[in-house]
Amino acid sequence: MNGVALSSMTQALPEIVLAVGAMGLLMLGAYRERSTQVVNLGAIMLLVAAGLIALSIPNGRIFGGSFIVDDFARYLKILVYIGSGAAIVLSLDYLAAEKQEKFEYPILILLSTVGMGMLISAGDLIALYLGLELMSLALYVVAASNRDSVQSTEAGLKYFVLGALSSGMLLYGCSLIYGFTGNVSFVGIAKASGQGGLGLTFGLVFLFAGFCFKVSAVPFHMWTPDVYEGAPTPVTAFFAAAPKIAAMAIFARATISAFPAITLQWQQIVVFVSIASMALGAFAAIGQHNIKRLMAYSSIGHMGFALVGLAAGTAEGIQGVLVYMAIYLAMTVGTFAVILSMRRSEGMVEEISDLAGLARTNPPLAFFLALLLFSLAGIPPLAGFFAKYYVFLGAIKAGLYGLAVIGVLASVVGAYYYLLIVKTMYFDEPAKNFKPVPFELKAMLGIAGLFNLLYFVYPAPLITAAGIAAKSLF
Amino acid sequence: MANWPVLSVTTFLPLVGVLFLMLLRTDEAGARNARWIAFWTTLITFAVSLQLVWRFDPSSPEFQFVEKRPWLAGFGTYHMGVDGISLPLVILTTAIMPLCIAASWRAIQVRVREYMIAFLALETLMIGTFSALDLVLFYLFFEGGLIPMFLIIGVWGGPRRVYASFKFFLYTLAGSVLMLLAIMAMYWQSGTTDITVLLRHAFPREMQPWLWIAFFASFAVKMPMWPVHTWLPDAHVEAPTAGSVVLAAILLKMGGYGFLRFSLPMFPFASNDFAPFVFTLSVIAIIYTSLVAMVQEDMKKLIAYSSVAHMGFVTMGIFAATSQGVAGGIFQMVSHGVVSAALFLCVGVVYDRMHSREISTYGGLVNRMPVYAAVFMLFTMANVGLPGTSGFVGEFLTLLGTFRVNITVAALATIGVILSACYALWLYRKLIFGKLEKPSLANITDMGWREIAIFAPLIVLTLLLGFYPKPVLDMSAASVTALLDNYQQALGAAKSAALVK
Repeated sequence: MNGVALSSMTQALPEIVLAVGAMGLLMLGAYRERSTQVVNLGAIMLLVAAGLIALSIPNGRIFGGSFIVDDFARYLKILVYIGSGAAIVLSLDYLAAEKQEKFEYPILILLSTVGMGMLISAGDLIALYLGLELMSLALYVVAASNRDSVQSTEAGLKYFVLGALSSGMLLYGCSLIYGFTGNVSFVGIAKASGQGGLGLTFGLVFLFAGFCFKVSAVPFHMWTPDVYEGAPTPVTAFFAAAPKIAAMAIFARATISAFPAITLQWQQIVVFVSIASMALGAFAAIGQHNIKRLMAYSSIGHMGFALVGLAAGTAEGIQGVLVYMAIYLAMTVGTFAVILSMRRSEGMVEEISDLAGLARTNPPLAFFLALLLFSLAGIPPLAGFFAKYYVFLGAIKAGLYGLAVIGVLASVVGAYYYLLIVKTMYFDEPAKNFKPVPFELKAMLGIAGLFNLLYFVYPAPLITAAGIAAKSLF
Repeated sequence: MANWPVLSVTTFLPLVGVLFLMLLRTDEAGARNARWIAFWTTLITFAVSLQLVWRFDPSSPEFQFVEKRPWLAGFGTYHMGVDGISLPLVILTTAIMPLCIAASWRAIQVRVREYMIAFLALETLMIGTFSALDLVLFYLFFEGGLIPMFLIIGVWGGPRRVYASFKFFLYTLAGSVLMLLAIMAMYWQSGTTDITVLLRHAFPREMQPWLWIAFFASFAVKMPMWPVHTWLPDAHVEAPTAGSVVLAAILLKMGGYGFLRFSLPMFPFASNDFAPFVFTLSVIAIIYTSLVAMVQEDMKKLIAYSSVAHMGFVTMGIFAATSQGVAGGIFQMVSHGVVSAALFLCVGVVYDRMHSREISTYGGLVNRMPVYAAVFMLFTMANVGLPGTSGFVGEFLTLLGTFRVNITVAALATIGVILSACYALWLYRKLIFGKLEKPSLANITDMGWREIAIFAPLIVLTLLLGFYPKPVLDMSAASVTALLDNYQQALGAAKSAALVK
């Protein structure tokens, strides 16, 4: 009997490895002095191991269908592990230089990653909530990890209070959906919802409010700029990538698999949220001076673009979302590697004007940042263009012409503020030089930058993988 | 050996030069080496591209030198090829680039390596635009050109370079994104992005106007047509000389090429319906911008407005959809590529000496610069369209082709020829004739051997194409005939179907 029970846990192996590993590292950190380096290394190795296991385990549904492993989950888990691993690597130099080396930091990231894995694989509302809270609780703590900084504490508190509110709304939505369908599993809800109805739609709205908060889509985006600016920069780098991917994953999975009966209703909501996010992301970023705040608005805009694919509600649209999230991950990691390199002798700087004349003081750094910014703006032949291309391709097929036209026009407005940074770096007179860039930031920047530059040479594997992953939802 | 992918080599050879340039150091010696590497790269690219002419079969309307490889999963292939419409433009590109590099020899002194990298990357993207046979690939090259051009204007440009570069970038991007959506809609309608297939695909009649408008938005900005031409004078004025040359000689041609490659053959109904609209805009462009050119105080601005006017002839000829009109449009694009490049280089010659583009700075240059006066005279005449220069053939053919379709439009456009004589000769008189009175000009020197060497091929081309335009016309004849046959067939089929009903 024991053997049967254990073998039925195979599908949850990546999460189990990460959770148990995190406990082990916690013990190590607590009982061994100066073990932060070891814990960091161990955390990265755990993420690599979890990624390899996720690739090798077979598809299946366990725990009565509340935990699903399919190609969709596998694809997104790999992305999330890459995002979390990159966040740990990006934090190494910063935490050492700021004298904030704490072994808890990588462990919290690991625990949050366990939550993301749970969220991505969730097959019912209970698992969804468990995953979401596990992910978020660790995030609240890391946001406030610089205890002596007012800004960081404020960011953590703000994120926590608003996050709790959104969780409450999400739970309320879940209870309404359960009340009207008598089911918690996505498949069950889809079967029981029949022709839909007002109650189900009502629940859906609250559920979406929770999702929108986590992906920071308008109108639940207000926390993003403050938290991005207040949290220590490596934490911001972490927030910008992995949790968004996980939240977008559950947004897509829950919407597609549980609510086919009320497609018209949720499509309206997603279209609105998408347009509002793209527009706000484009226009609000123009006036920003702080590069972290700018990245916050940029990420709001990018979530709007990714939601264009979800709005289509087809396999092509979801494929677009998945391609988008992978390329978004690469762009974000690269950009934050540059932001973390903005260090002068007096400490970190975060103003866009600090980048002035970077093309002359540090040409490689300027080149890569310019590359990433053009990619973020979606200019071909860089990777960011393909991200936008695939989501809009889905939207056009679904006949969402209005959404597509507004979307591409928003991307033109968005190009303006990315160009402003390029202008600052290339056209303006040099400001003071930055300190030499540490090796691991160079490496991350190099990988992310070259990915964005050379993606067009061999784009097929990612697109094919995303296509297979998207099909498993339909 | 006969099967080496000559088109891909031509397209991507400049990138090899970029790799070499990246290895250079950023000191004085590095700058010198950068110039030579860039020059030789463009020269070799030109030599390779001559292979295309050599082996091109002008009697066939089919795409030649075709290469096809899987690229994007499922759809979107790496598909390259040229026909009689694109080949002249490819050759124009590879021929103009070495001249641009040579013209930047002295003018560019800061960040030479980066400058050359931007130019070579731009060359790859421009050749790719003209030879891509897949819509997504085309868009990739078409839009990618924005990045290097943005940097060329913004980094090495004049005092208002930031404004000009942003205006150039955002204007063009806004025009193009709608075309991207149209490309997607075409994919879902036809199931492919292969241009060779799409040329034979009949798009539903009610869909065509929308697709046409989306493509028009992009190409009209690029061309540029009145009233979306306002980015061009700014970009030209602020760009360094070689940037202006590339912009006028090649980037503008992408618009005309797009009309010929996509709008006319793929959306025949819409093209037919919208032809009066295009005629109207073209005539306004020809007359209005010629009048605007007359009152300019800046030499580059004057030539920029004259470019808009000359591009008006191209759009008019293309949408007349007669064999003379279309062939004239292509010829006019090549001719304008040579002549406008030469005119901007002429401005560059005196700008390098005086660092002023104001017309009032100069006067009486013939006294100290006789060679310059002669060269400038030739290209002024070519710009006016004097018989014997290439400018005449293009304008004459487009007017001839339009005359068959719409006499009023042709008559109005002819006024533009007179106006172009007005502003071009006025500019020439102000600059060259008269007494050399301004003390600042007392020591100005005539053109050196490097400058003469740059102008020599342009002079030869202008005269050669003026007296003997046959090579270019022959090269494109078969493709133009095929294009127009399909066009008339599509329209005719619909007309007879309507009669049967």
